[in-house]
Amino acid sequence: MKHLLSIEDLTAEQIHHLLELTDHMVEINSRPIPKVPALRGKNVVSLFFEDSTRTRTSFDTAAKRLGADTMNFTVSSSSVSKGESLRDTIETISAMGVDAFVVRHKSSGAPQMITRWTDASIINAGDGWHQHPTQALLDCYTIRTSLNRCDSFEGLRIAVVGDIKHSRVARSDVQAFTALGAHVTLVAPPTLLPPAVETWPVDVSHDLDALLPDLDVLYLLRVQRERMDDALLPSLHEYSMLYGLTPARAERLAPHALVMHPGPMNRGVEMVADPGELPGSVILNQVTNGVAVRMAVLFWLLGSGSDLNRTEIS
Amino acid sequence: MQPRDPSQVDQGLGDESPADARTVLSADDVGRALTRIAHEIVERNHGAAHLVLVGLQRGGVWMAEALAVLLEAIDPANPVPVGTLDVSFHRDDVGLRPIVPGSVTHIPVTLDGRTVVLTDDVLFTGRTVRAALEALNDYGRPRAVQLAVMVDRGHRELPIRPDFVGKNLPTSRDELVAATKAGVTIR
Repeated sequence: MKHLLSIEDLTAEQIHHLLELTDHMVEINSRPIPKVPALRGKNVVSLFFEDSTRTRTSFDTAAKRLGADTMNFTVSSSSVSKGESLRDTIETISAMGVDAFVVRHKSSGAPQMITRWTDASIINAGDGWHQHPTQALLDCYTIRTSLNRCDSFEGLRIAVVGDIKHSRVARSDVQAFTALGAHVTLVAPPTLLPPAVETWPVDVSHDLDALLPDLDVLYLLRVQRERMDDALLPSLHEYSMLYGLTPARAERLAPHALVMHPGPMNRGVEMVADPGELPGSVILNQVTNGVAVRMAVLFWLLGSGSDLNRTEIS
Repeated sequence: MQPRDPSQVDQGLGDESPADARTVLSADDVGRALTRIAHEIVERNHGAAHLVLVGLQRGGVWMAEALAVLLEAIDPANPVPVGTLDVSFHRDDVGLRPIVPGSVTHIPVTLDGRTVVLTDDVLFTGRTVRAALEALNDYGRPRAVQLAVMVDRGHRELPIRPDFVGKNLPTSRDELVAATKAGVTIR
């Protein structure tokens, strides 16, 4: 595997392999000195054309813990602001010697495009409404460890609630959860459901309250306030009433059920209850696991990518 | 990516002996060698206090576990903790050898001030041991590190030597040596 562009490109077996590799990374992160030289001499460049705090710092931390060198490219202070094209930017930085680009871009498909212009590995850190594969992997890892589901998600009932239509997290998560065998229900107002949702391997519901007691995982998506301007939602208050996690709804969850959120959270909108008070909240575990999952992805692509397809080992 | 048969990954992991393999040590021979090594460890360290056994993933783990039982019989007052160490991320040939699922490192105690006895099935080039010495630094500063191997097959590429050896076995480079509880074979 050379690039990580989409969960769709991975088989269930490959997802499992990455999650197993993540176990090793979690152990590294628990050491008194959490740093190994596995990717020493590799150059990882993060190229973020969209704002991000957690994903960028998470990748940065991951690369450094594996001993790679990291370089940050911010659009505002670069030649992109002078009008340099994406292609010229990539070719210029590649010429300095880059082993992997971590790319976030507002346009779906931009990371795929970039693979044509460089020999480096491309890791998609979020492109438009399309994909955010490392988020899906860290969500899978969090569920796998929190619910002790090492082999498969068979029989797990997961509800993904919120703005599915504009969410790359939802697309990636649904593909990963269902690939591992989970049963996924999308819960959203009709205006925030994606077109052709009937082709997705999921159930659709508009009634969160009916689902709550049977769920193993409640996955809340961020409601983007700009959707109000598009008139897709009547008001944030109404959204909270129907789809927000209130203390009353939290009480109706099964005792073992997990509450997840990719961040950043809108308190008082999709998250009305205090997540610190929810026994099932694994939102901070998601962030912690994000570093380990990204280490696994970097190691997979840069450290052991070649050998995974090779049958004989000397 | 293919699922890996763990027995293909490391030459020390051959669980079943292939037809053309020659047996060098029987299971009983391995047991006697382990008993001798356990006594040598206690002799060298004047007891088993402050020791910790660390088996290298995956071939050295069974040896660390077996030695812990034997050491406890010799010095019951000082049970020896057992850890395992996966050196994949410290190797100088990262990428040449795959990560074996389920072989996660586990170091149960802080290593500061303790004597670590590293165990491995077969000592060959010494590169795994070099990686292990580097990995151990991440867990503290041991007072000393000693090396116990079931088979020393020669062909060292680094200035590394074992402290405790089950069997010195002259080999050619392309032979495969497997050392398990069930015996030592060469082919």
